[in-house]
Amino acid sequence: MNKINTLRKHLAALAVSAFAASTAMAGNLVINTDTSDPAPKAAFEALIKGFEKENPDVTVTWNLFDHEGYKTSIRNFLTADAPDLANWYAGNRMLPYVNAGLFEPVDDVWNQHDLNTSLASSASSMTIDGKKWGVPYTFYQWGVYYRKDLFEKHGIAVPTNWEEFKAAGKTLKANGITPMTIGTKGLWTTAGVFDYLNMRTNGFDFHMALTRGEIPWTDDRIRKTMSNWKELLDMNWWIDNHAAYSWQDALAPMVKGEAAMYVMGNFSVEQFKVAGLDINKLGFFQFPEITPGIPLSEEAPTDTIHIPANAKNKADAKRFLAYIARADVQESINRTLGQLPINKDSAVADDVFLQAGKKMLSGTTAGIAQFFDRDAPAEMAKAGMQGFQEFMVKPERLDAILNRLEKVRQRAYK
Amino acid sequence: MIASGRLSQRTLAPWIFLLPGIFMFFIYVIAPIFQSINVSFYSWDGLGEKVWVGFGNYIELFGDEAFYVSLKNNVLWLLFFMLAVPAGLFIAIFLNQTVWGIRLYKSLFFFPFVISQVVVGLVFVWFYNPDFGLMNIILGWFGIDPIAVLADERYVTYGIIAAGLWPQTAYCMILYLTGLNAVDGEMIEAARLDNAKGLRMLWYVILPQLKPATFIAIVVTVVGSLRSFDMISIMTDGGPWGSSRVLAFYMYEQSFSEYGFRMGYGASIAVILFLIMMVYITGFLYKMYRDERGR
Repeated sequence: MNKINTLRKHLAALAVSAFAASTAMAGNLVINTDTSDPAPKAAFEALIKGFEKENPDVTVTWNLFDHEGYKTSIRNFLTADAPDLANWYAGNRMLPYVNAGLFEPVDDVWNQHDLNTSLASSASSMTIDGKKWGVPYTFYQWGVYYRKDLFEKHGIAVPTNWEEFKAAGKTLKANGITPMTIGTKGLWTTAGVFDYLNMRTNGFDFHMALTRGEIPWTDDRIRKTMSNWKELLDMNWWIDNHAAYSWQDALAPMVKGEAAMYVMGNFSVEQFKVAGLDINKLGFFQFPEITPGIPLSEEAPTDTIHIPANAKNKADAKRFLAYIARADVQESINRTLGQLPINKDSAVADDVFLQAGKKMLSGTTAGIAQFFDRDAPAEMAKAGMQGFQEFMVKPERLDAILNRLEKVRQRAYK
Repeated sequence: MIASGRLSQRTLAPWIFLLPGIFMFFIYVIAPIFQSINVSFYSWDGLGEKVWVGFGNYIELFGDEAFYVSLKNNVLWLLFFMLAVPAGLFIAIFLNQTVWGIRLYKSLFFFPFVISQVVVGLVFVWFYNPDFGLMNIILGWFGIDPIAVLADERYVTYGIIAAGLWPQTAYCMILYLTGLNAVDGEMIEAARLDNAKGLRMLWYVILPQLKPATFIAIVVTVVGSLRSFDMISIMTDGGPWGSSRVLAFYMYEQSFSEYGFRMGYGASIAVILFLIMMVYITGFLYKMYRDERGR
């Protein structure tokens, strides 16, 4: 029945496009996404089906791209053969396309559907030059995932400040457990560690100013962050040879009980569970305070959907944006994604980690960062993450690394 | 009238046959070279306005440590990849005998060249893995601590070259095996009568006859070392912290990778790489020209 329906819709769309070329695109909505992993793929399937059901006059054509390949193909299709909607990321990551005039401002959707209230938490990360450039539909928290059972076994309480954090590491080491695992082959894991250390040492505003390029990398406050980092490195805080491992490879030591913590995003929970850590063994805690008195800010990357400036069917695309912003829709897709909805009226799935994430993020007033490679421009992000990786293996090269990053900063922000 | 018609036919025909080739070559090879040179004088993210920066990209390049690291790695690749030629010769001579089942041995030696570079890269990533890699298990038998070859800036390039040598040696071996088929048996017979054997036989009798095979083997190995991109991309993605990059990879990273899009800077790296390769290509063309004239 369903198949026949879609077939009929396709035929209808075909007929329309054949007969009236000028209005051919009305009713046909082209969506490009990079949601190729199983959960995101299922979420988008359900999302599109739901939209088509409510809007029978619209036929959706969905082009599913490979997650990695999308990052380069988006540049081509935005200029050459634009879809009506494309997913991307909030913050500075969308800046090049906004600057190049390839995304359409969607303030009318925000105003018309009162998204400034319902999506308030992400409004700032969607705003460039005072305009909104898309609609956010999901985000997830970062923090420390840890072996709850090992902490209990060795009598370690969840650390809430720097001294407790280091003491926890010492106890773990005394029991032959490496405090933290990490796999830095893909570089970005290092940025999670840096973001938290820097936000906790110097505060959210400083961290944002840094990623906006307003602070020289040779600044003493950066050195303070790095010296905190070095304290951990001097304790052999992380597993050996981490540059040889991908982030998934680095789950193994933690699953085997050879390491006890991982600074990660919530998407890792799925992998932990597959590897055999259930909720009795795996826990989550907020990255502890470092400089006393600095309010805790968090890292929570947001995924978004945008209308390209060259889209052909902007009217229906805006209907889709209004649909994806709705509380019930965000609730159901995030249930499938295993992530957090942006809409404040959406309920969060009954999952320990998501509930913990929601509690943590809704209590965060200091600010929410997108992640180093989304807050900083691409060139700075790449150089920065390479520098962090090098620092973690060769901390004695700190000066050379910071000077190099400063050189990149002076060039990357014109 | 007829004669001159024939003449023009004779002079024209080659050009007519060459025309499609020349046309393609111009569109896809010659023109992009000049476009790249042009782009290298701009600062451009591939989307927005191009901004003229003159020699700015080149000045930056010559002050960029990453450029020198890549250049050094290119030289290492060129030097150590050459090991494939003598290694291929050695295996070819070893396999060039009539024993029962030699065809099977030959095909086993040829195997790495048949499988994809990507697979070779992945196999070696596992081989080097500090946790479960075969290499570190073997080192463990001798009481040596695991070495994370691909995570250590001192070893990483050599580790990737070693992985690349595996299929390249097989390639050279095949070239030499066909070359050995053409070696004149009577000459060897004559040399035997003159009491030549072993290395002297190899050096004075066999090798001169293998000269064409050696020439091709060297050419494909040089080309192979410049195509190291796929191995690096699969095995380390340029890491750790960019210490296994070669120029081609650095160019790709700057212009097309996830965090790249500095088209102008990437183009300037391409131009430098082009100039370096021109030295080799000129030498190669000169030798071809000399050989043709000498005939």
